[in-house]
Order: sequence, then C-alpha cells, then structure tokens
Amino acid sequence: MEVPGPGFEFEEPIYELQCKLHEYEEQPEKTPEVEDAIRRTRREIADLTEQIYANLSPWQTVQVARHKNRPHTVDYVSLAFDEFVELHGDKHFGDDSAIRTGFAKLDQHKVMVVGHEKGRTYKEKSACFFGCAHPEGYRKAMGKMRMAAKFGLPIVCLIDTPGAYPGIGAEERGQAQVIAENMYEMSRLGTPIICIVIGEGGSGGALGIGVGDRVAILQNSYYSVISPEGCAGIIWKSHEFASKAADALRFTSSHLKELGIVDDVISEPLGGAHRDPHRMASSVKMYLMKTLNELRSSPIDDLLQQRYDKFRRMGVFLEDTAELDVAE
Amino acid sequence: MSDPVQTATKRQKRGVPEGLWLKCPGCQATVFRKTAEERLNVCPECDHHFYVSAKERILQVLDEGTFEEWDANLRPADPLEFSDKRPYVEKLKSEQKRTGLNDAAVTGTGMIRARRVAFGVTDSAFFMGSMGSVVGERLTRLVEQATARQLPLIIISGSGGGARMHEGILSLMQMAKVSAALARFSETGGLYISVLTNPTMGGVAASFASLGDVVFAEPRALVGFAGPRTIKATLKIELPKGFQTSEFLLEHGFIDRIVTREKLKSEIARTIDYCGK
Ligand SMILES: [Zn+2]
Repeated sequence: MEVPGPGFEFEEPIYELQCKLHEYEEQPEKTPEVEDAIRRTRREIADLTEQIYANLSPWQTVQVARHKNRPHTVDYVSLAFDEFVELHGDKHFGDDSAIRTGFAKLDQHKVMVVGHEKGRTYKEKSACFFGCAHPEGYRKAMGKMRMAAKFGLPIVCLIDTPGAYPGIGAEERGQAQVIAENMYEMSRLGTPIICIVIGEGGSGGALGIGVGDRVAILQNSYYSVISPEGCAGIIWKSHEFASKAADALRFTSSHLKELGIVDDVISEPLGGAHRDPHRMASSVKMYLMKTLNELRSSPIDDLLQQRYDKFRRMGVFLEDTAELDVAE
Repeated sequence: MSDPVQTATKRQKRGVPEGLWLKCPGCQATVFRKTAEERLNVCPECDHHFYVSAKERILQVLDEGTFEEWDANLRPADPLEFSDKRPYVEKLKSEQKRTGLNDAAVTGTGMIRARRVAFGVTDSAFFMGSMGSVVGERLTRLVEQATARQLPLIIISGSGGGARMHEGILSLMQMAKVSAALARFSETGGLYISVLTNPTMGGVAASFASLGDVVFAEPRALVGFAGPRTIKATLKIELPKGFQTSEFLLEHGFIDRIVTREKLKSEIARTIDYCGK
C-alpha cells in the first residue's frame, strides 16, 4: 500500500505523520514498542487532522471543495442511492455530460437526481468542461425536473460547478435565458426539491439547479457569487489574491448559514469528504431521507408558499421609516 | 483644461459625456451634444444609442409628470463588511453622490400613453447597474405590486455588472427572488415587457431581463451571460464580430424585437394593447 500524497500544503504535517505510520506498519517485527508507536501516531494523525480541519481558512476550504478525490455526483449516485437510471439529453440540442440526470431510489423513495459532474479522468473532465454546463445541460435538467413533477417524484439537486460555461456556443444557445428560466420554473414546480452543494457552488451556474424547499451544503463546500480568482482579478488584477478575496466573500458553510442562504450544513468526515466518501455518502443519504420524509408530509401548496417565502426573505438592506431623504 | 472632445471620449463608458461635443463610439463622428440629446441620446449620424440615466429614461418613456416612485426609502447596507482597496460603504457614498441615486434601480408607477404601468429601470452608471439586495428587493416589490394591482410590468435593464460582488451570495440570491416573483406574476396573467439596453450582462441577463413575455432590445446593445473578456480569456480566441449584440440575440432567437429608442414608448403601448388588461 502506498501513502497518498498531501492534497494541499496545509496537509503537509498530516502527510508526514502518515509516512511515519506507514514505516512503523511495514516493520516486519511488531515489537511492543512498534505497536505502541503505531497507536500513538494514529492518535496524533487524528488529532492533527481535526485541528487543521477545524481551522480551515476560506481559501483552504475552496481547495478542499475542489479536491481531486472529493466525491462527485456520480459517486453519490452509486454510494448513497440504491439504483440510478440515467436519462440523457435535452430533446433539443444535445446531451451535456456536465449535468447528469436520472431516476434514483433511496430506500422506499423514488426520486429524480439532477447533479453537476466534473469528471475524474482527463477525458471525462474535458468532455464535461470540468463541470461547467452549457445551456443544453440546464435545459436537460429542467426537462427531467418537469417530468419528475408530473409523476410526483421529489427532486434531489447536487450542486458542484465552478460556474456555467463561458463560451461562444453557450452564448449562442442562450446561457442567460436557460438559467433564468430554471429559477423561474423551479420556484413553482409542484414537487419537493432538495438542493445540496456538494463541492463548488459557482454563481449562476449553481443557482440554475439551486432553487428548492431545502438548500443544504456540505461543511467544506462553498457557494459564491463569483470565484475567488475572479473576484481577485477584478479587484487586485491578479489571481494571486484569491485567498484575500475568499476572506472577503463570506462564502463558507458557516457564513452561508448565518446569512440565511442555506438551511442546513451537513458535517463531513474527519479531514474532509475526500478521506471517506462512503461515510460522506451515508451522511448525505441520512439527510435526504430525513428531509424527504418531512417534505412529503406537507401539502404541496404549503411547500410552494414556503419555497417562495424562503427566497423572498433573502437580502440585507436598510429601510428608513421616516419621510425619507433621497441620497444626499 | 483638456479638450472637451478628449474628455468626452474618456468618459464615454459611463454615459453621455459632459461638454458641448461628444465623440460617437459607433461612427467616430464628433457630434453636437444638444443634437444627440434632442434625439433621446441617439447619434444623428449612425443611430448609436448612448447611455441614458434612470431619470432620463423615466422622462423618455413615461407620460410627463406621471411617475410616482416606490420604495425610495430602501438603502444599501454592507452585510459582508466588504472592503478591497476602499470599503464598500465609501464606494456606495461616492456612487450615490455621483449619480444622485441611492442604488442602481428606480421603481414605481406611471402612465405610458395613458396606460398605467408598474415601471422599473436599472442605471448602468451606479456600480455598473449591478444587482445587490436593494435592486433585488425593489424589483421584487415592484413585481408584487404589479401582481396585486394587475398592472402591466415594464423593466428596462442596463447592467454591466450582473450580481453585485460586494454583497456576495446575497446578490446572487436576488436572481432567484425576482425570478420567483415573476413566475407568480405570470400565473395571474400579468404582462411583463423586458427592455434590454447596453449593456445587460451576467446575473441580470440570467434573471429578470430574460423573463419577459415580450423582450425588446435597443440596437447594438451588448447582451449576454459571460463577459466578452472572460470568454476571450477562457478560449484564447478572437470573438466573432457582432457577438453578444442585440442583433446576435435576435438572430439566435432570444429576443422578440429590436426597438429604437425613438419607438420604444409607442411599441410598449402597442404591446400593452395586445396583451394587457
Ligand atoms: Zn455615431
């Protein structure tokens, strides 16, 4: 067995301990001293991991959210659901592999899954533009969601995208139009909708499948109006200030909860979802089961009213009650 | 003192420049400012549509003296305590001072050729016309008022900024908020006419601006989701001529009509007559 390299600079100390542990474990002669060292090192690794992950900076969180081993939609589909029947195509232009859609079973619940997919291999990644969907992806999502509502299937949206694809074809085929229409339609779709940000919640590209009765986020995911690099590029004219931009944007799960953007934060296994995809998937499954049971017990009209009210409340502004004085 | 034409050229991005003369970015001609103003800020040589402020737009589109502003008492806050080189609150103050607006959208009611409407306009000079909480809230309340009073709804968009970065995720969520209100308005049979002006980009294009029953665009306006610079940087290619213009959108089927500023008022009135109650 090989020790996987550190994902990030801030994981370097964990990696060093893991290498040490590996050395002890490989020793042919397990003397009581070696056994002791193994036990001690394991504890140290756990403590250190906990300590590091409890104090991630926003920029480090972004890196975790983008980790190459972080579970994607395809992983949740196989680990958390009992069955997945993929449905392709937008019946209009094509089949965008940056958004996957299909029937899925979750114990007794039958649902429609809609999720961004970033791909794992280079070939997959380039086929789906690293999880950046084109208009046909959003149109496919909407088509399947409409069908789900028709047949009374709740919808589960898994959000994980750097953003909607910025390209010539995407503009020609109405990127702005499809994102607007999806929010518009999702706000009144007569079936329960649960959205979970599983990795990156990149701006309009995320929101295009992000309107629902519950919006949850995994602990080390982020959801932002602009990427930290994009923000840094605008303000400081350089991507190198991404870490500063990440601080300013307040987009980590705890900020989002405070700002009333997400309803729930789903905890990740120690050291992030990428360290234990199985455990992560089972937490996601538990969350979905609990939430589906809740939502299915409310009449649909109540759900739609609550869905409207939930987004209606978002925003922070001042409201003068006095006669008002126009900008001085 | 610099030459007025020079100054004009420099300030063109933010609107019709000050000074007696202005240089038209459409045809490079030097145009007498008064002449352009008399033509609703349209170049007499090439019909280039210059920037129009929210206040001027109200004068151009609504019947004289009929506009009554709503929700003027809303003011932007700074929920993120956002600061880059200058704190957001300070920038807000200078934008307010420079434009005479307290945020990028003005909403209310008025008459268009004696037809009562709910009317909103975003001003691309205020933080690039970007949508933060105040813009989102004003527009949502406007849509809700239009729903309650059964008024035709007209929103004229001008936004180079999309969702306002300085208010972070709260700005992004305004897209969903306004869109949801528009869906309800539509369910009650309300007519929404969206007018796109130069520029209408990002989160504004990807929400209320694209959701009209009827979508008009001024000629040669820049309209799209991703900024041309972003696309260029991503693809590392030159963009085709006329990319993301009103004409490009018309060709690809995303807008109903290109309408010159001169005809805008009568085109809106006629559409209300076809669809309005
Ligand atoms: Zn001209």
